[in-house]
Amino acid sequence: MTALAAPVRVPITVNRRYLAAGTFIALGLIDICVFGFFAHRGDAVFALSLPGARPHLPAIRVPGAWTSFVLGAISIGLGVVRLVMDVPRWAKRLTIAGALLCFLLSLLSWTDAGNSVGPLQVIDLLQGTLTASIPLVLGALAGCMCERSGVINIAIEGQLLFGAFTAAAVASATGGVWLGLVAGSLAGGLLGALLAIFAIMFLVDQIILGVVLNVIALGLTNYLYDRVMVPYANTFNAGNTFGTIKIPVLSNIPVIGPVFFDSNIFLYITYALILVIQIGLFRTRWGLRVRAVGEHPVAADTVGIRVLWTRYRNVILGGIIAGIGGAYLTAGSVGFFTSDISSGFGYIALAAMIFGRWTPLGSVAAALLFGFSYQLQTELSSLRVPVSSFILLMAPYVATIIAVAGLVGRVRPPAADGKPYVKA
Amino acid sequence: MSDQSGAGHSVPPGATATAQDTGPPAPGEPRGRLTGSAIIQAVAEGHSAVITILAVFVALVIGGLLIVASDPVVLRAWDSFGYAPGAAFSATWTSVSSAYSALFEGSIFSPGTISAAFHGGSIAAIFYPLSLTAFEATPLILTGLSVAVAFRAGMFNIGAAGQWIGGALVATWLGYAVHLPIAAHAVVCVIGAFAGGAVIGWIVGEVKARTGAHEVILTIMLNYVMYNLLSFLLSSQSAMQAPGQTNQVAPAIAASAMLPHVGGPPPQAGVGFLIALAAAAALAWLLSRSTVGFQFRTVGASPSAARSAGIRVERVWVLAFLIAGGLAGLSAATIVQGQTQPLTFNSYGTYGFDGITVALLGRARPFGVVIAGLLFGALNGGGTLMEAATGVPADVVDVIKGLIVLLVAAPPLIRLLFRLRRSGGAGPQAVAAKGWSG
Amino acid sequence: MKLELRGITKSFGGLVANDHIDLVVQPGEIRALLGENGAGKTTLMNVLYGLVQPDEGEVLLDDEPVAIHSPRDAIRARIGMVHQHFMLVPVFTVAENVTLGSERVRGLATPAMNLGGLRIPPLGLPSFGLLDRRQARRDVLELSERFGLRIDPDALVEDLPVGVQQRVEIIKALLRDASVLVLDEPTAVLTPGETQDLFRIMRELRDGGRSIIFISHKLKEVQAIADTITVIRRGKVVGDRPPATSDAELAALMVGRSVQLRVSKEPAVPADVVLDVQDLNVEGERGEHSVRGLTFQVRAGEILGVAGVQGNGQTELCEALMGLRPSTGSVHLDGADLSHASTRTRLRAGIGYVPEDRSEDGLVGEFSVADNLILDVFDRPPYASGIALNLAAIRESATRRVQEYDVRTTSVLTPAGTLSGGNQQKVVVAREMGRDVKLLLVSQPTRGLDVGSIEFVHKRLVAQRDAGAAVLIVSSELDEIYALADRIAVMYEGRIVAFCPPTISEQELGLLMAGGGAAGSADASPEDGSQTPAQEPEQS
Repeated sequence: MTALAAPVRVPITVNRRYLAAGTFIALGLIDICVFGFFAHRGDAVFALSLPGARPHLPAIRVPGAWTSFVLGAISIGLGVVRLVMDVPRWAKRLTIAGALLCFLLSLLSWTDAGNSVGPLQVIDLLQGTLTASIPLVLGALAGCMCERSGVINIAIEGQLLFGAFTAAAVASATGGVWLGLVAGSLAGGLLGALLAIFAIMFLVDQIILGVVLNVIALGLTNYLYDRVMVPYANTFNAGNTFGTIKIPVLSNIPVIGPVFFDSNIFLYITYALILVIQIGLFRTRWGLRVRAVGEHPVAADTVGIRVLWTRYRNVILGGIIAGIGGAYLTAGSVGFFTSDISSGFGYIALAAMIFGRWTPLGSVAAALLFGFSYQLQTELSSLRVPVSSFILLMAPYVATIIAVAGLVGRVRPPAADGKPYVKA
Repeated sequence: MSDQSGAGHSVPPGATATAQDTGPPAPGEPRGRLTGSAIIQAVAEGHSAVITILAVFVALVIGGLLIVASDPVVLRAWDSFGYAPGAAFSATWTSVSSAYSALFEGSIFSPGTISAAFHGGSIAAIFYPLSLTAFEATPLILTGLSVAVAFRAGMFNIGAAGQWIGGALVATWLGYAVHLPIAAHAVVCVIGAFAGGAVIGWIVGEVKARTGAHEVILTIMLNYVMYNLLSFLLSSQSAMQAPGQTNQVAPAIAASAMLPHVGGPPPQAGVGFLIALAAAAALAWLLSRSTVGFQFRTVGASPSAARSAGIRVERVWVLAFLIAGGLAGLSAATIVQGQTQPLTFNSYGTYGFDGITVALLGRARPFGVVIAGLLFGALNGGGTLMEAATGVPADVVDVIKGLIVLLVAAPPLIRLLFRLRRSGGAGPQAVAAKGWSG
Repeated sequence: MKLELRGITKSFGGLVANDHIDLVVQPGEIRALLGENGAGKTTLMNVLYGLVQPDEGEVLLDDEPVAIHSPRDAIRARIGMVHQHFMLVPVFTVAENVTLGSERVRGLATPAMNLGGLRIPPLGLPSFGLLDRRQARRDVLELSERFGLRIDPDALVEDLPVGVQQRVEIIKALLRDASVLVLDEPTAVLTPGETQDLFRIMRELRDGGRSIIFISHKLKEVQAIADTITVIRRGKVVGDRPPATSDAELAALMVGRSVQLRVSKEPAVPADVVLDVQDLNVEGERGEHSVRGLTFQVRAGEILGVAGVQGNGQTELCEALMGLRPSTGSVHLDGADLSHASTRTRLRAGIGYVPEDRSEDGLVGEFSVADNLILDVFDRPPYASGIALNLAAIRESATRRVQEYDVRTTSVLTPAGTLSGGNQQKVVVAREMGRDVKLLLVSQPTRGLDVGSIEFVHKRLVAQRDAGAAVLIVSSELDEIYALADRIAVMYEGRIVAFCPPTISEQELGLLMAGGGAAGSADASPEDGSQTPAQEPEQS
């Protein structure tokens, strides 16, 4: 056992500074050359209020091509700044956010310029982004909980799926959506407990374990779906869902209100969990100990922290959180369970967590990005934009590959992540 | 913490942990003859083969419980347990036994066919279930080998599905767009499929080698990219969509590109099965008897030691993923060229993920992968018949497969369940626990 | 507090690490545990600290038996331990590391308010476990001042030199008010000067009434600091001795036979320059320069010993010389330019490399001894023809070399990871010396080995020198440097601060290792090839 974890030796063949700058400039050139020059004639219209909402904000109208030119120039400017200056870390993040925002805005103005179907519904887009992100955020938070304590959780997908199934079945059978939510989260927790037992007690490789648990969860839910839910749909898959809760006052704020404060309970649970986990991990005694266990379990043990117990607890809590995310997929949105309803959200959540460098807030940012591109694809197909939806669906995955390879290629996971702790 | 064990050479669990100090030299591996007492000892101590058999058994029992617990007939019988206990037990037994015997008859052999053969039926029918099993096993063996070769080089290939699609696209395109004489056409398609898969695998290896990005994330993401790419190509008339179709279907490939039958027309074993066996044999040689395999195994066991010994670790990563991708591409060739249906948007099925379980069950050794592939092929083939005969959804087979691998990966649990002694011998873990940074 | 260990027995598999060990330490005593690597000292202390459960025996504090099942129990019993491998979380700050496990939390409180004459007193809320970082920082500062252990509570531990990290460990134990303090091989990472500092602190703590157990395998140190020396051999206590006991007697007790403390070797006959390094620079993990402008040469038939405290760039130097780490500057071997060559090319060119971390870099633990013996020559005849391995040749050569190098193994097919440290090192040495090498690059060749294996490895190294190879040895063990080197290069903060002859006194060498003698190195010994780096390479 080495005392200080040896840093991962990764051959750096690409200079990251140039890589970031190059990426920004490339994005800027796409803004200008693709979205700018190939812009349709006419203005892009962004509607900022839903039809009939009060107070009603006027829609914003911008010329399509010029918007892209300006945004592209900004992006290139940011690239040049990164190239010539060594900026502090917060500024680096700001430039990344800026370049991405420019790219997205210019994409949007390109899609809507001269579009006859109507203005781009910004509220719809943002609302959709947020709701599409809920399972991703919760999955990524589950990942943070597990991996910060040193257990790799690839089983997020299975936890979402099992949570979704159980929530739908229980909500339907009992007629109580709250019971469904609780049951769904417990189902996720159960899978978390399995992960914990096999990883911590039986020392099974955690990546293998996660994949296998996903296989089992998929097989089990498919089996029970065919065997129980389909023949007895009225009893076990009636499609009960939560109602919408409007937060008084806040929900009346233009733009912000409908986007952030007019949703069902899952969005508010998500807010709470983000806050609790972020503060919990980095500001509290509990978090310090969890991180110590994930970084250097032997050191944690020698100061009297119960390493295995900490890991069990975190993995199970993580499972419960992912289970809530699963419950959202059924009881929180469509109501019905269908085969493989999680359709890879768990894997995207995993990517979001890594993208977000194992921090809750970072994961949330990444999950929102994925949610946005997913929602954008839906919006664009309703605007009949001539881009294959498959290409758009591909985008977040390509972006993740680029991100993992380039912009955040050298992320540092918790040092003991995935390594079982065995006492002499 | 030292890695638990490894492919190729196994270390007694725990031995590595104490070896830092003056650990006693371990006794040589008992590789004795298979005498009766040796077998008894193997059972008592839980050697890896025994563990595997017991794991299959436990998984089948749990699967049986699942079948019973969700069978309305059985549940009704148990409701009236109070006054008809016998009926409850017999209903339970009937439920499980009919499901499992259908599974067996669909995959190994059906006694009915023998008596039928005596009464003028076909003798070939006796072997039909086995042929079906081999057919089902063919793509699984190949994706299993794909995952296994990456394992041996210390990497996790979750991307066999994406590589499969890469191979399928090339094989399909060569199959309908190119015209060649009969044998040559099939061979060209197979080679094309290998190349198509290899390219996708190579991307992963190259990105990992150049940037250090973790292959698990890369392969998962690349899978989704490939799923969407497949859908995209199959939904555009200007790309690969079959003319006149609105569904996501590719044109049928030419008859000259089809692989010849061996056991009979699909779903019976074709030349694809022989390709799978040949690939396994070639890989076995490559891994254990060649310098390439030596490098793979060294990098897999200890990248830092490999680097110190002058092995170019990054190149090994790239090559291993290239071969892994090629093998997944071959798996696609056996489907695309071995079946009559054209390529569709979901042809990739679960071959990629099944490959992971097959490789794990086969302990990342080519021979083991063949056995594991046959087992899973049998479960798949039999599962279909079981669903048709008894109404038990074939998905239960997926649960059983997952459980088998889960249990095989946790020998201590099996020992606990069957009260086996802790053996001093090899722990059957196929792949070492390494975490993200490994 | 009076500490008593009674009949402690612990075995791992078939190996008895502790065999009925009895030990009594009085309050205000510094007790040294002296023993070879692998004698069972650390196991005994891990039993005391609750990290290892004994098979038999009990622990008594002030004559009361205490049950210690985990470090929690040990901490509660006021036992503190400074581990050989530091138990610090690299990405945490000093304050976080010190307080971890006994963190201070603060309650949230609303400020006092005055609303139009209505006074609302501050309202205490539960703490929710929020960390009180300010208090943690104050605690660390207070302790570091009281014991003269200067330290910045906000520094990240991974940024600190090892010597400072050790101070953090000591503060950690003091924060928990340890009255029995165990220090496991604490001097391995210190310069002689820092060692003296540590001894001063230890005496202060002893005089404050604490009992201190000092684990070491270095005779001089235990003689210098201990009140009583307890010698342990093969898991058994073989005797208590006063500190005035002679080297020879202690060494004999420790090893069980009389030991030849120095390798006998003839004076070196240096010939042509084999390794020529000019202006070598290496970047460390976080972009800092860990090797700066090294220029030196090693000649055929001489051993150059690189002395220095661990973490002053030696590891990076070796890895750069092997092409395992990017560097600038030039490296020539026998006139051939290897500055940009791959590791493979360097090995082919005739460098033999014994890496510092045997189990991580030197061997593949799960591979057989035979496979390990061809790890860097597997693709050369006779072991391979084309891409096919020749298994018979591999096994035959392995059998031969296992005999030649006296590797104790049941078979050449045994996994190397199951061998003892000494035998593992013999496998590495057999591999690297088994082919023609012009330069032997050896890093920490005897770390963790027993005396027998140390003697063996040292003899082989000298034999290589006498056979005409250039040998470069990096070691943080001064005894080893003195025993082997024909010329000593001292590294400090990435530079070679001096070259000196092996006749230099330990005191002077220690000063150089602490960076104190860079300017004064000229007076180390003007003749006999000792030069400052600027003037170094011109003996021809």
